Amino acid sequence: MLSFFNMNNNSNSILKVKNLNVKLDGEEVIKDLSFEVKEGNVLTILGPNGAGKTVFLKTLLGVLPYQGEIKWARGVKIGYVPQRLPFIKDIPMSVSEFFKLKGAWQEETKEILNLVGLRENFLNKKIGELSSGQFQRILVAWALVKNPNVLLFDEPTTGIDIGGEETIYTLLAKLKEKRNLTILLVTHDLSVVYKFSNFVVCLNKCPICQGKPKEVLTLEVLQKLYGEEVKFYKHHRH
Amino acid sequence: MNLQFFLSLICGIFIGGTAGYLGTLMLAKRMALVAGPLGHLTLPGIALALIYGFDVSLGAFPFVILGIVLIWLFEMRTKLPIEALTAIVFASGVAIAFLFLPIEQAEMALIGDITKVSLREAIITAILCFLVFFIVKKIYPQITLINISEDIAKAEKINVKKYNFLYLGAIAVIVALGVKMVGGLLTAALVAIPVCAARNLSKNLFQYTLLATSFGIISAFLGILIFELTGFPAGPLIILTSAFFFLISLIFKKR
Repeated sequence: MLSFFNMNNNSNSILKVKNLNVKLDGEEVIKDLSFEVKEGNVLTILGPNGAGKTVFLKTLLGVLPYQGEIKWARGVKIGYVPQRLPFIKDIPMSVSEFFKLKGAWQEETKEILNLVGLRENFLNKKIGELSSGQFQRILVAWALVKNPNVLLFDEPTTGIDIGGEETIYTLLAKLKEKRNLTILLVTHDLSVVYKFSNFVVCLNKCPICQGKPKEVLTLEVLQKLYGEEVKFYKHHRH
Repeated sequence: MNLQFFLSLICGIFIGGTAGYLGTLMLAKRMALVAGPLGHLTLPGIALALIYGFDVSLGAFPFVILGIVLIWLFEMRTKLPIEALTAIVFASGVAIAFLFLPIEQAEMALIGDITKVSLREAIITAILCFLVFFIVKKIYPQITLINISEDIAKAEKINVKKYNFLYLGAIAVIVALGVKMVGGLLTAALVAIPVCAARNLSKNLFQYTLLATSFGIISAFLGILIFELTGFPAGPLIILTSAFFFLISLIFKKR
């Protein structure tokens, strides 16, 4: 269903989306969206709840039907970090068994766990007994199996304490460097966009803006995106 | 040991073990509930088999398939939860069966009878169980991923329709065999109770599948043994034995 293009040297695009339209149960969820992602970029898709962000990620994955064009560069391997996995706790399963489902053997799993800051003793822990922060790390690690070069990340819970000094975003920034990743990230959290990404697409069913966060996220744009009540929009450095 | 007892044991052990193993996949996403109505829906098929004198499982099988198709269609057509839909299918199945099932044969249809199986039946049962076990083992990782999240499975390029088809096929065969052992009313228990007991005690998938399969086997074995000693019907005894294991598992359950 998804199509691919050959990367050439002068444009290092990794994804081209053109006139994308997505309808679910007859309702228009995404309307006429076009943009391009360059290799190594961190792109955030910003929008309020119910703006079609998750639908958009699933469409990029090839899970949902769409009209228009989605073209990935040939050779792209996608890792997907879902927002939640509510059913996983119904299954008694160790961390290493969860990774084996994706074809990762013990050694690869150990290496990736280390990369996300978890020690080997997590291999035999039961998934259902992990804290939400640990589980979030496990999901990121799971997406890294098979060495993807693109990571699709659905709305990491920003408040979550994943342990230590690290936030999920410093972890992602670190992984991006180590694994040479292009990251597409869905969020409704403005501070994430400023801190972490170099390209933003604002979406509330229709595309509202796109470009470098500091250039395109004006008060006017944000009011259009979130409604009139947005007063605070400039990013505070902590 | 007489041959009849031995044949019953063979059937019981194979069906019980395979049902337990398959049940570990079904407990996630409440599929175990679906096995109940599927079992009940086989009642008209069992009734036909009893009236015309052919194999009970053979009569049950087309009705399980019909049940799966109906539930699947209902799910596509309406937004009702699948449990509610299965209840509709279930009640209709029981109602149809009792329109024409001779009442003196109702017991066999409702609670099964594995103690009269022939050598041929035992061999076919063993082969079918072996096949189902092998297929379930093959599709286990994929179905587990689909159970966790269909989106993730699709992103991993798993052909969800194909695997669901094999999975439902396996369920259909086990339900059809199960009705012979414990009857249309109790079939769901074969895929649910040993599995619940196993889940209480397991830290990982390996323990979970091993324990569920073992509880299925041991329950069938003990149930048939107690029948031999007491003369109470074997089907209910098998189910009660596994319920006993479940109670024990509650004591050892952590947290």
